[in-house]
Amino acid sequence: MTLTATHLLALAPPILVCITAIVVMLAIAWRRHHTSIAIVTVVGLNLALLSLIGVWRMAPLAAPMLAIDGLAIFAAVLILVAALACATLTHAYLAQYSGPREEFYLLLLCATAGGLVLSASTHLATLFFGLELLSIPLYGMLAYVYGERRSLEAGVKYLVLSATATTFLLFGMAVLYAETGHLDVAGLAARLGDELGAWGLAGAALMMMGLAFKLSVVPFHMWTPDVYQGGPGPAATFLATASKVAVFVVLLRLVITAPAFQDGWLHNVLAVLAILTMLVGNLLALTQSNLKRLLGYSSIAHFGYLLTALVIGDGLSVEASAVYLVTYLLATLGAFGVVTLLSSPYVSGTQGGEDTAALHHYRGLFWRRPYLTAVLTITLLSLAGIPFTAGFIGKFYIIALGVESQRWGLVGAVIVGSAIGLFYYLRVMVTLFLAEAGMQRRDAPENWAIQAGGVVVLGAAVLVVVLGIYPAPMIDWMHHIEVLVGG
Amino acid sequence: MTLIWLILIPFMGGLLCWQAERFGDLPPRWIALATMLIELAITLGLWFHGDYHLANAGMASDSVRWSMEWRVAWIPRFGIDVHLALDGLSLVLIALTGFLGVLAVLCSWHEIVRRVGFFHLNLLWILGGVVGVFLAIDLFLFFFFWEMMLVPMYFLIALWGHSGSEGRTRIRAATKFFIYTQASGLVMLVSILGLVFAHHANTGEYSFAYATLMQTPLSESTAMWLMLGFFVAFAVKLPVVPVHGWLPDAHAQAPTAGSVDLAGILLKTAAYGMLRFALPLFPEASQAFAPVAMTLGVIGIFYGALLACGQQDIKRLIAYTSIAHMGFVLIGIYAGTPLALQGVVLMMVAHAFSAAGLFILSGQLYERLHTRDMREMGGLWGRLGSLPGFSLCFVAASLGMPGTANFLGEFLILFGSFPVAPWVVVIASVGLVLAAIYSLLLMQRVYFGPPQGEGMLADLDHREYVMLLTLLVLVLLFGLYPQPLLDTTAAAMGEVQRLFGAVPQSTTLLTGMP
Repeated sequence: MTLTATHLLALAPPILVCITAIVVMLAIAWRRHHTSIAIVTVVGLNLALLSLIGVWRMAPLAAPMLAIDGLAIFAAVLILVAALACATLTHAYLAQYSGPREEFYLLLLCATAGGLVLSASTHLATLFFGLELLSIPLYGMLAYVYGERRSLEAGVKYLVLSATATTFLLFGMAVLYAETGHLDVAGLAARLGDELGAWGLAGAALMMMGLAFKLSVVPFHMWTPDVYQGGPGPAATFLATASKVAVFVVLLRLVITAPAFQDGWLHNVLAVLAILTMLVGNLLALTQSNLKRLLGYSSIAHFGYLLTALVIGDGLSVEASAVYLVTYLLATLGAFGVVTLLSSPYVSGTQGGEDTAALHHYRGLFWRRPYLTAVLTITLLSLAGIPFTAGFIGKFYIIALGVESQRWGLVGAVIVGSAIGLFYYLRVMVTLFLAEAGMQRRDAPENWAIQAGGVVVLGAAVLVVVLGIYPAPMIDWMHHIEVLVGG
Repeated sequence: MTLIWLILIPFMGGLLCWQAERFGDLPPRWIALATMLIELAITLGLWFHGDYHLANAGMASDSVRWSMEWRVAWIPRFGIDVHLALDGLSLVLIALTGFLGVLAVLCSWHEIVRRVGFFHLNLLWILGGVVGVFLAIDLFLFFFFWEMMLVPMYFLIALWGHSGSEGRTRIRAATKFFIYTQASGLVMLVSILGLVFAHHANTGEYSFAYATLMQTPLSESTAMWLMLGFFVAFAVKLPVVPVHGWLPDAHAQAPTAGSVDLAGILLKTAAYGMLRFALPLFPEASQAFAPVAMTLGVIGIFYGALLACGQQDIKRLIAYTSIAHMGFVLIGIYAGTPLALQGVVLMMVAHAFSAAGLFILSGQLYERLHTRDMREMGGLWGRLGSLPGFSLCFVAASLGMPGTANFLGEFLILFGSFPVAPWVVVIASVGLVLAAIYSLLLMQRVYFGPPQGEGMLADLDHREYVMLLTLLVLVLLFGLYPQPLLDTTAAAMGEVQRLFGAVPQSTTLLTGMP
């Protein structure tokens, strides 16, 4: 297949992001100026987002090794929105930081480009390329405040474990290639057929393992809390949102296009892993006293819920996972955004302080910062799946999916998981409203709401409520995506 | 259009209260009071101008008839509408909500002194959610409000509650309440979805509409499982005995306004849910399940009454009596005769009044004595002015003294259930004796016996006096002349009975009854 102008146009979003990365790099070399670099980044990401409107009209389209279909565009929107939010939050977060601040945007842009490629990949080469382009800048982002011990620890931990997972992925690809002689997913699916041989099974399982690590599915979840806790706010936000969305979408694509990944044995393993992930994630979150750790465990649980969509893999599942991803993304952006804003005044020197994430920092926050607390409350309610928030619509979809395909075990686990989950979300929420004790105070800057970062969290919270009360537009869009997939 | 305003008014009032806090403590109170008075006035207006006898005429038609209906598409993808409808039953319960809402605002006038605006935001949002539950006849919308009202209730208990003895903090109680009801609610969601997908399998269309889903043919076992899903959610909220664990704690720890709402209205949402959804949607399965449900009701009566006798905390005692009273409601609902169903409505209203009265009284005792422990009370009869007199009246109402609405409710339930389940009625009647025992124990321990202190305590002020007097008048009014209430709900109850009651012997005995 030759590359035509249409293909180039269709690939505009990742290209625009890459161009922005180059511009940012050159600008840093020319002169360091934090705000203008941030503006260039945001403009570039917005252009990429705008170009998606044009791409949407061309879809579905198959570029070499990449698919430009509904799913890819949907993932691109989510990744770009998350990256935009992270860029704005970074500006607030690094404002007081005395070390080099501008490179963070460079890393962020590279990782975004990686996410865009990964979520559109239909070939194992692009899959691997995208995944590494997404992960490697993340090491840098996580260890960015390297004077802080925990940040460095997070970066190194993620580096080592992620590299291990990548070797599994590569080995799986190699095995599949040896078995079939194909690297493109469609070819793989055709050669493997419905029955996996021993080698095919080993390859598919190893690939799943590599991807499951990135999603922190249960036996591979050990890194999550430490990395979430240690990484600087914006980096953790990016990891929890854009990175996970991209990996999940590629997994979803694999499962849809190659039924071999849904083979009986693998299918059962996946179902068990989904249940384990929900329960373990929620149970481990119960006793956490650090909000970022807690959100880390809660994100494990949420991907457990999402895995049900993968396990079921038909009927509503694309629509359900798309809706769930949107609601998860918005709520997570809001929650991490608030944490980041509250941490921003304390990231000073190279030996700067830890992020404001201990629960006691949040005691009585409502009486000092009512709107910021309202944002955090709404996002936590959404993560818990309470009506009037978008999270409820997501949970509704997951349960609907389970009931439709009559997988009662999964439905039961979702219910038990949500009940356990409520306990820790409520614990955080009530802390926000409790009377102030005379303990160390941590606070957001006075003018948080009018700054860009404040607008992001307020926007996330408003969207969570609006989509919770009037979800019809979102649902229609997701329904449309489902129609566009399959090309 | 009026119906949507009934829901929106409390929500908007709540936001106003929150914002009005910056002008001091009084504006939120007055705004909240005005909001609830408007709500009550609208409902009473609807009561006097509407006609609630409609449904009887159209017995033959298979669609349910409503006095008012409002419908607008919400999530077309799944056939979900914002579909509100009013009939006699929901009207009575909404009027009750409005009235108890006014009382809840009034009784926290002096009790709540911190963060007044936010308190009233939560209070009004609970009431808004409850009104939504009573009006929604789209199952998704019903569930939406059902779950939504938990959040403000949680905050009400967790932030303004009283911490009890060790190990019984208010946050624990609130969390327990939330998890019990939310988890059971999710089971109901599974049932709702099961029903919807069963309908989808038959017709190829998604719909959450009440009238549509009622037509869904279900196999016997499916119907039973789905019915159980609904029953679990309602049983937790009612509460029915094995799943009542949250109630005593929540009541004991909640502020007075929270207890009034919880006992007066929130428990009624469960009975309403059974009458509106569990029975009509799954008549055969419910009929098959009725003996179990009635047994649970009997167990509830005895369990609640026996545990009430052993309580030291006055609010826990009242909480346990609620369990006993709800046992009667459960028996009445599953007996399904017209008389028993009418008794259920009367009992719900009467219990709302008497329990609200008792909780307000214990709140007032707490304001004066700063304890709810009955061991530290005693001999208060002469020291409190008119408060003990009111207590005696409400305790008498609670034990079902003739002349009060509670008596009529219990009488109608027992009388109406007798043809269907004589033995259940015989055993449940014994529970009435226990009711007398715990009521008198309450009076004896608090107001008689050796006094624990000297001097007079503050008498009731005008606000408290008017609240209690209004409640008492209503208890006596409906006890002596319940006909207006029964007329209003007769059509709605007749509908439930028509759908549910295929029991032959129940109708033969009752022909000729009014």
